[in-house]
Amino acid sequence: MAKSKKIPVDRRGFLKGAAAGAASILAVKPPVAFAQQAQPGAREAATLVAANTAPTVEARVIDRPGSDFMMDVFKSLGFDYLFANPGGSFGGLHESVINYGGNVDPEFITCMHEESSIAMAHGYAKIEGKPVLTMAHGTVGLQHASMALYNAWCDRVPVYLVIGNTLDAAHRGGEVAWDHSVQDAAAMVRDFCKWDDTPISLQHFAESAVRAYKIAMTPPTLPVVLVADTELQDSQIPADERLRIPKLSPTSPPAGDSNAVMDAAKMLVAAENPVILVGRSARTPAGVKLLVELAETLQAGVVDQHLRMNFPSRHPLYQAWRDRAALADADVILGMETADFYGMIQARVRNTAKPLKIVTISSGDLYNKSNYQDFQRYQAADLAIAADAEATMPALIEACKKLLTDDRKRAMQDRGTKLAELSRQTHERLQLQASYGWDASPISTARVSAELWDQIKTEDWSYVSDALFFSFWPNKLWDMKQHYHYIGNKGGAGIGYGSPAAVGAAVANRKHGRLTINIQSDGDFMYAPGVLWTASHHKIPMLTIMHNNRAYHQEVMGIQGTANRRSRGIERIGIGTKIEDPLIDYAGLAKSLGVRSEGPIKDPKELAGAFKRGIAAAKGGEPYLIDVHTQGR
Amino acid sequence: MKNLGFLFVVLAATVLAQDKAPAGNAENGKRLYMRNGCYECHGTVGQGAGANPIAPKLAPKPLALAALTAYIRKPAGGMPPYTSKVVADAEVADIRAYLLTIPEPPAVKSLPLLNQ
Repeated sequence: MAKSKKIPVDRRGFLKGAAAGAASILAVKPPVAFAQQAQPGAREAATLVAANTAPTVEARVIDRPGSDFMMDVFKSLGFDYLFANPGGSFGGLHESVINYGGNVDPEFITCMHEESSIAMAHGYAKIEGKPVLTMAHGTVGLQHASMALYNAWCDRVPVYLVIGNTLDAAHRGGEVAWDHSVQDAAAMVRDFCKWDDTPISLQHFAESAVRAYKIAMTPPTLPVVLVADTELQDSQIPADERLRIPKLSPTSPPAGDSNAVMDAAKMLVAAENPVILVGRSARTPAGVKLLVELAETLQAGVVDQHLRMNFPSRHPLYQAWRDRAALADADVILGMETADFYGMIQARVRNTAKPLKIVTISSGDLYNKSNYQDFQRYQAADLAIAADAEATMPALIEACKKLLTDDRKRAMQDRGTKLAELSRQTHERLQLQASYGWDASPISTARVSAELWDQIKTEDWSYVSDALFFSFWPNKLWDMKQHYHYIGNKGGAGIGYGSPAAVGAAVANRKHGRLTINIQSDGDFMYAPGVLWTASHHKIPMLTIMHNNRAYHQEVMGIQGTANRRSRGIERIGIGTKIEDPLIDYAGLAKSLGVRSEGPIKDPKELAGAFKRGIAAAKGGEPYLIDVHTQGR
Repeated sequence: MKNLGFLFVVLAATVLAQDKAPAGNAENGKRLYMRNGCYECHGTVGQGAGANPIAPKLAPKPLALAALTAYIRKPAGGMPPYTSKVVADAEVADIRAYLLTIPEPPAVKSLPLLNQ
């Protein structure tokens, strides 16, 4: 935008004038005099007025603000929703969304915290396979959002965040506007975002916005940040400005080098006990089908790190619940998009001295940054293929099929039969484990999972919680086969992810008519309980079951371990870790936020009725919460 | 942490012989089981917890007293050691007495919810 055409008013001045009841199209006097005349005690009010007012302005109507063009750009990218907590620095965009854009594609979903906005976007993207639009202040909003962005970064999830900022110091308002302005807005999160930009013209904005989307969606899929300057948002688009929205050209996911893929196939086909170890190999539903085909082609066992729904939980080749034994038996391990691969391999090495060949396929080899260490410890491999696993699997499957001989096929069928029997035995062991503590109160996590499965198994369901703190019982007992049946964990283990990610996932599931199930840890929930209001306000159907173990249980166990190693006893470990005295009334809290609820339930015999009511409510289109007093894990 | 379950199970399998140790006080043992935080990882009725599981089940059929005492003094994996300063030998016997009171779970086949 040409500087000479800058409009001499900013949005704050415009809004202030309107709020004061003055004719907004007339000149507005600077508020400085008012501020100077204010008496002690009126300083706060004066500061607020000053904060919302430009230093020297001449107000007039703007009929074609830059933010309208920004909205056109966003519409071209196909965003279904905008997840945001409102903030002045992107107020121009907000207004364009709801008025110019008609609050459709994207529809504004009101969030009660920026961390919730981003975590919701995180959950949404894992269901829908694409980002929503999110917005936040460039300073305080981004500070709130940062942990959720880090979780998404570690979880390889595309999040698209637009932050407002006023770069030009001559066009900032008063004290608050200065507090909310920053030289380099995205700097704070640059270490854990794939790309960011600060456009200085609308054309620049359009190109960067499209580029940001393209980069976020290219594996490894990751968060991106775009700064929307307030002047660009609020200034009139000159009549002679010729703006162009570039076409989005999605990048084909990077597949492995053909020679390397053939080498991998040779190793896998020749192996006596190949094991496929997967972390986030199924980026999309197609990834599940491909992994099934690869495993069945090789009759290889699959060990899963539960970071996505990679492989059907009741498939006879699924060996996740005997992972140590499966890895110990392996002579070739193919690791695909794994996390903590070193830890898994070293655990295997400790259990056996058998020779082992390691092959990896990971987009993590294509892109890394230095400061944050989520890339995990270095694990050497015999063959490392820098590529997206899902994009590489078709070629790998074909290469394996070409190498199959009748002898190898017979050997593989024998192996498959043995693995199927081991899988059956493992399932029986899990059933037996689930029976222990069956009638206990607090209620066992296995019992909750079994009761729930009984009622959702005939529904089109989607389990959207991190299962770690629930001892993975849903993953052990439920028949997971669709990609949306499980969406993995927090990514960066940052607490406060659970409930907002679940609501975001439920937004995505809503249009598919799926029943969203959230088993919600209590400590995690209290980081952002306001997200239930969002679910209520926007009529987002989902069933939340509180995993109310009345503690930050992981830390209880951690402090207990530390105290024991120091031989000091553990009687005081509840200090700082237990959530009791008073116990939190989650059902009451939910009701206060507009969500129907019940509980706490302490008798396992009462679960069935409660779940029936909760499922009926969710199928009827509303959120519902059931508080359950549970065992620690 | 993952090794803990494996070693514990192996130990249990090898030392599950008839226990001739003193019976202990089950009521006090339950209090100690809760006070000493055994339940935090192993569950209030010793059912075990965790993915594979990290903390194995302790009941029914707990380890023999000598093996149980030896293990908690010098555990494997992620389990922290409980010295005699924290849990006296007699208290371990009481905890074990509590674990002995925990009944067998219902048979899996009798639970329709686990057969679907």
